[in-house]
This record gives sequence, C-alpha cells and structure tokens, in this order.
Amino acid sequence: MATNRIDRTAKNIVLTVQDYSLFASRAFLNLFRPPIYWTDFLIQSEIIGFGSVPIVILTGFFTGGVLALQSAATLSAFGATAVTGRLVSLTMIRELGAVLTGIMVSGRNASSIASELGSMVVTEQIDAMRALGVDPMRKLVTPRIFSCIAMLLFLTIIANAFGIAGGAAVTVFLNHQNGTQYFHEAYESLHYADIIQGLVKPLFFGYILGSIGCFYGMRTTGGTEGVGRSTISAVVNSSVLMIAVDFLITHVMLSIFPT
Amino acid sequence: MSSASAPAPQAPAPPPDASPVVALHGVSLGFDGPPVLEDITFTVKPAETRVLLGPAGVGKSVLLKLIIGLLRPLEGSVELFGEEISHMPEQKLFALRSRAGMVFQEGALFDSISVRDNVAYQLIQERVPDQQIDARVHEALSFVGLEETFSLYPPSLSGGMRRRVAIARALIHNPDLILYDSPTGGLDPVTSATIIELIVKQRDVHATPSLLVTHRLQDAFTLCTHHYSPEHGCMIPYPHGESHPNTTFLMLDEGHLIFDGSLDEILLTKNSFVREFLA
Repeated sequence: MATNRIDRTAKNIVLTVQDYSLFASRAFLNLFRPPIYWTDFLIQSEIIGFGSVPIVILTGFFTGGVLALQSAATLSAFGATAVTGRLVSLTMIRELGAVLTGIMVSGRNASSIASELGSMVVTEQIDAMRALGVDPMRKLVTPRIFSCIAMLLFLTIIANAFGIAGGAAVTVFLNHQNGTQYFHEAYESLHYADIIQGLVKPLFFGYILGSIGCFYGMRTTGGTEGVGRSTISAVVNSSVLMIAVDFLITHVMLSIFPT
Repeated sequence: MSSASAPAPQAPAPPPDASPVVALHGVSLGFDGPPVLEDITFTVKPAETRVLLGPAGVGKSVLLKLIIGLLRPLEGSVELFGEEISHMPEQKLFALRSRAGMVFQEGALFDSISVRDNVAYQLIQERVPDQQIDARVHEALSFVGLEETFSLYPPSLSGGMRRRVAIARALIHNPDLILYDSPTGGLDPVTSATIIELIVKQRDVHATPSLLVTHRLQDAFTLCTHHYSPEHGCMIPYPHGESHPNTTFLMLDEGHLIFDGSLDEILLTKNSFVREFLA
C-alpha cells in the first residue's frame, strides 16, 4: 500500500513537472508569434508592477536597515564599521534585493494570478474564451508572465535603492556614523558584475512566479476549494523554486565573474 | 408567451443530401474511471434543432464540449462543419470554433468586463471598429430584450439576465451552429419561458442548426410544439397534433445514447427508461 502511494506520488510529481515545462515553454514561445495582446500586457504590468511598489519599498528599506544594524554590531568588534555601506549595498544588490522582491511579489501576485485564473476555470470562463475562438494561453498567460518579468526587474531596482537608503538611515541616525562615508563605500565597492548578477536574477524570478501562478490557476479543479489549493501551491512552489534557482544562478554567476 | 394558436409556418427543411453540421461516430470518453460516454453516434443537419435529454450527470455537457473540441474523445470521430476535429491542433480549432456559438450552463460571462464587452468579445478580438461593435451589441441585446444592460457588469445581473446576455454573446457573430448547455437550468418558470422563446425565435427566424441540452421536459416539448410568429412578436403553439418538423430528440443514459427520434417517436417509444423519464 505504502509502495503504491509512493509510486503514485512520484508519478504525479514527474507529470506535474512535465506539464509545467510544456506550459511554460509554450507561454514563452507565444511572445514571438502573433497575435500578441499588448493591451493586456500593459494592464497586467500596472497591476503587478505599480501595485507592488509599496510593499517592495517597505521590504527593501527595512531589510537594508536590519543589515546595517546587524553588520555594524559585528563590524564594530573589528573596528570596521566604516565598511557598513559596502556590506549593505553588495548584499542588497547581489542577493537580497532580488530574492526578497521575488518572494514578496510572489506572495502578492502569484496568488492573485492563480486565484483569478482558477476562478475563471471553475466558472467555465476559460472554456467560454476557447469557444469564442480566443487562445487563453496567448490572451491570459503570456501577458501575465512577461509583465512579471519586466516589472520584477524594475521592482528589484527600487528595492535595492531603498535598501541602501534604509541602511544609510540606520547608519546615520542610529549608529551615528558618517553618511558620506557610507555612500562612498556603498558606491566604490560595486562592480558591473555585481549589478549584472543582481539584475539577471529578477528576470528568472519573474518568469518563475508568472508561469507558476498561471500554471496552477489554469489547472484548477474542484470548485472554490480547488481555487484555494491552487493559490497555496502557486505561492509555495514559486517561492521555493525561486530560492533554488537563485542558488544555481549565483553559482553560475560566480563562475563567470569570480570575485 | 401567447396561448393563441396559429397555422404552422413552413419550417425551412434541410436539403435531403445536406452534409451534417455536426457528426459523431462511435465517440467514447472517460476521465480516470468508468467511461462517461460510450459509442455515441448522431448528427445535426443544417436547420435542425436537436434536444439532448437525460438526467443530471450523464455526460450531456461533456458531449457539447466534445462537439466544439473543448474536450477530445478517447475513441471515435467528431466532425464539425465537415472537418474531423478529434486530432485537430488547438490553433486550427480556434478558427472553426469561432463559427459556432455556445451558451454555457451558468452563462460563463467574463466578470471583469462590461456586458457590452462580453457580448462583443469576438468582435473586439477581430478589431472591428467601435461604432460597428456598439451597433451590433445593441442589436444582439435587443434580440434578448436586455438593451438597458449595455453598460452594466455581469455581477449586477440576475441569473436569467446572465443567460440572456450569454445568448446574445453566442448570437452576435451569426453562428453556423449554436450549442445551448442547460440554458434554463435553475431558473424560475417565467424566465425559463423567456429563454426558450429566444431559442425558438432564433431557430425560426435564422434557421440556425442547434443542439440544446436540458433535463427539463417542459422546455423540450415547448420547443417542439411552438413556433415563433413575427406577426405576434412572440412564440405561439402549433395547432393540435402538429410539431416543429426539424426539432428532434436525443436521450442519454449512463453514457449511452438510448434514443434518437422525433416527438411522436419519443411519445410512443417502448424504452422503459425513456418512458420513466417522460412520466
């Protein structure tokens, strides 16, 4: 019995991965084949991008602040509090800005995409769209995925900027250090490789959160309860996959741009 | 609906050699369990209206989805407008589907856009100019008697109004086939009668071939025993003993097609399940 269950679960996982791969690649290729729904792309960009700005600003600012607090406490033991700016900017730009923005936006948007599409599936709106001769993959999925990619890039830049600003606020107002020195260290320590690394990640994260949100939304079954399940799966899987992919990208990037 | 009786108009009969609009041959389908449909064979000819009867859960809605390729059969073939669609790629199916209109069980209107945009959905995708869209939407909404809902959103409509908007959406493109999935399910008798009258009107004015799924016998018999009178502006009953010649019945039970025939034939059938269903 237990073997059967393991067998069934393993098959389900493999099938889900296969379905997701086909789904995500089809959505990606749709961008290069007409019709492309640019209006839907802009509408989704507004919802996903502009709507996420407040949470990204707050997350970035306080993360930068916490980094400055923690690092200053440790660095003071070595008399090296002057490099707080370097630590905050490198950590934010190379790693935390992209990852935290990805996870925050995933919590907000992967869930809303999955629940919106899931509700459309259970109320037969997706079938109605297909019956009206419109491809839901092109009309609903592709614009959402590419909005996530484009917007996550800009949101990550915002998170990085506010993270550094948060670190500066803590450094100046709580640690009573020199602000100019903080910004000088933050700027001087950055190289193009760091910025490239920080800006490549959101492209992958945006694709992950958009495609997983759409994937779980479009395969919703089981009425409103099913919509709830899809929403949970979308947030959990996109967050976990983002962190796993972050590890891979970091590994690849460090081999391309060794520090 | 009027109770006046009038001489029956000449129903446009399909040419005897006309190729069917829909043809199913030995179609079977199942989902991870016992088959939902088994060995289903029937046709819908031009100008013909077929009423698909059967208790809830026997696969009537599934059958409609098979006809326009929203589902694929495990066995058998489905022909739509003369083209075999069982293995047709989805991209090719979109063009074929846009020639058909489908009214879903609960309307399946898009909640986030207005009634105008719902009804004009296909026209908007085809980039028809706005002025033309507005004129055609007004025409379609006036056909279903809901012109005043033009700017409203679906959540503010009643169940009956949503079905009528769904009918307007299905008809705006002058489809070559209409599929109605339980258009009166869960509605009160007055609203149901309004919707059946719209279906009769579409059948008699435009002679559009259609397949109507229902488990309500009253609706099925009303379709057969009434016709639309342009003079009266409503549907009226045929004289006693007459019925619409191109409106016939199909009945499903446990995934099998157990009846295919006219009103007279269904009333005289010896099939025990059909007799029990009619009782």
